[in-house]
Amino acid sequence: MTTARPNSYRSGPDERGHFGIFGGRFVAETLMPLILDLEKAYADAKADPAFQAEMNSYRTHYVGRPSPLYYAERLTQHLGGAKIYFKRDELNHTGSHKVNNVLGQIMLARRMGKRRIIAETGAGQHGVATATLCARFGLDCVVYMGAVDVERQQPNVLRMEMLGAKVVPVQSGARTLKDAMNEALRDWVTNVHDTFYCIGTVAGPHPYPMMVRDFQSVIGDETRVQMQEAEGRLPDSLVACIGGGSNAMGLFHPFLDDPSVEIFGVEAAGHGLTQLHAASIAGGRPGVLHGNRTYLLMDEDGQIAEAHSISAGLDYPGIGPEHSWLFEAKRVTYLSATDDEALAAFQLLSRLEGIIPALEPAHAIAKVMELAPKKPKEHLMVVNLCGRGDKDVPQVGEILRKRAKES
Amino acid sequence: MDARFAQLKKEGRSAFVTFVMGGDPDPETSLAIVKALPQAGADIIEIGMPFTDPMADGPSIQAAGLRALKAGMTLKKTLQLVRSFREGDAATPIVLMGYYNPIYIYGVDKFLDDAKAAGVDGLIIVDLPPEEDTELCIPALKAGLNFIRLATPTTDDKRLPAVLANTSGFVYYVSITGITGAAAADSSAVGAAVARIKRHTALPVCVGFGIRTPETARAIAANADGAVVGTALVDALRASLDAEGRATPKTVSAVADLVAALAQGVRGAQQAAE
Repeated sequence: MTTARPNSYRSGPDERGHFGIFGGRFVAETLMPLILDLEKAYADAKADPAFQAEMNSYRTHYVGRPSPLYYAERLTQHLGGAKIYFKRDELNHTGSHKVNNVLGQIMLARRMGKRRIIAETGAGQHGVATATLCARFGLDCVVYMGAVDVERQQPNVLRMEMLGAKVVPVQSGARTLKDAMNEALRDWVTNVHDTFYCIGTVAGPHPYPMMVRDFQSVIGDETRVQMQEAEGRLPDSLVACIGGGSNAMGLFHPFLDDPSVEIFGVEAAGHGLTQLHAASIAGGRPGVLHGNRTYLLMDEDGQIAEAHSISAGLDYPGIGPEHSWLFEAKRVTYLSATDDEALAAFQLLSRLEGIIPALEPAHAIAKVMELAPKKPKEHLMVVNLCGRGDKDVPQVGEILRKRAKES
Repeated sequence: MDARFAQLKKEGRSAFVTFVMGGDPDPETSLAIVKALPQAGADIIEIGMPFTDPMADGPSIQAAGLRALKAGMTLKKTLQLVRSFREGDAATPIVLMGYYNPIYIYGVDKFLDDAKAAGVDGLIIVDLPPEEDTELCIPALKAGLNFIRLATPTTDDKRLPAVLANTSGFVYYVSITGITGAAAADSSAVGAAVARIKRHTALPVCVGFGIRTPETARAIAANADGAVVGTALVDALRASLDAEGRATPKTVSAVADLVAALAQGVRGAQQAAE
């Protein structure tokens, strides 16, 4: 499949929600009128300076933006190549980039008069962000979470409950993120009148991939300004991890039309690409799931495969449709990191920089460890540190203790 | 399909539309069940194409799809099931119902050729709204297959023309906002909704979601051109399985007996209407 080189990589989607052949609105008729309403409400809000001003105010005073752009001096010295900067989105209120998107969607839900918010969550970061803003604005909140993820991300389950959300463990399928999304869609189809579905990533039916990207683009917009201040120029490369791909899209999108900026997305290779993994681009092909056409892991009959990653947040057999398009347009290079590589990066970063990253950005760090040594010292590399690792400490601690015993 | 509705109209009664999951609990038993349906009173047969992620289905039909997949069901085998059924029944319309991805992966053109050759009359694809008509709906109509659209309580008068534009065969009115197997709809509200749809189309309107008993089947059939029953049949099938989820000698009759009872309800609607 060839994709003609576009004049701009930033003009999508078209009015039907397509990025090339990807994206679209593959949903049941019951949801279609809601999606059309949402598209209209979002277009109105986007054009309303009051909406933007209110969002900016919450970003500053509630979320804590802008997040710093931090020169990771010791990691840079350790790797001996590119000068590495971290975009510190793990310092946001709630501990990850997810809050950027949730703030926008919750403000939109209020504007639309919706009082009940539902969300799916994998690692729990999106669930926590949603529960947080629902608490802040006095809205009902129901979070669907795969039963396996409820087990491995207990700290976030407790946080959501403390914030007043109802966490529903999902028992169907592999009981992870994909199944949580199915269940959230079933809730939405049932409770259409009062419910707003707050999707956590750049996937789902149009306008979600576009809208979530827009709310997350604050990451890349700030990075442009901050790098200009720090180094007087654009970065040379960007690196971010990808499950659905919202933190990556937020960092990448403002730079897509700067040809000097190399862009790397890092998928989760799980036990390895020939075994169980969650790398949709490396190991999948285009298909239709959860409202959009995109790269998916599936069998030869079109049945969706179970993904695997040590990171609950990356454990999803698909990827946002705009990433699929950027892959085929060859604008972004998609790499993958295994569970073991992510664990090694998790430990290295904790010891070298005093930053315990979430397992999700540990995948990005793992590839920085490969990419940076090959670059010259003047090369400016930005990695999105999209979440902090507090939630992963019990899980990683247990894995490391087990391994120490076995060796 | 049109011939079947014309015939039913002549008889002065509504259609009884049955849904079973293709390959549930295994391909062989599934074929025996489908073969038994017309005799038991089904006028139109919907066969589910199993999918791992059926986003509009409740727990019963989700489980049915997973049982079928576990028993090795594929889209190719679902088409084979239709072909085998057609060897003994040329008249009963067959509608395949499911989600788009397995068809997209099979290849749209190849699927339409093979479905037509197997004797399929129509398609219901849950995740293809009119906004995505170029994907499958228009090619299906060109290939001579009916594309049956779902209309729902959220489909208002403004949207109905778009939903009905490329619909053929019949209109499937989903009587509730929700997933399959959820609570029953109120038959008077259904009557009003059917009347509303009929102001926009001459096509028959069949009503589904939430019909479990002969009484509801009768009440719905009195207000529509057809009543669709799915989850209740799937539940009867499941109840007949052994502890490992395998078919037993009772499985085929468990479904057929319930179909016969529900068919009495649908046919009773005619007498009530007279």
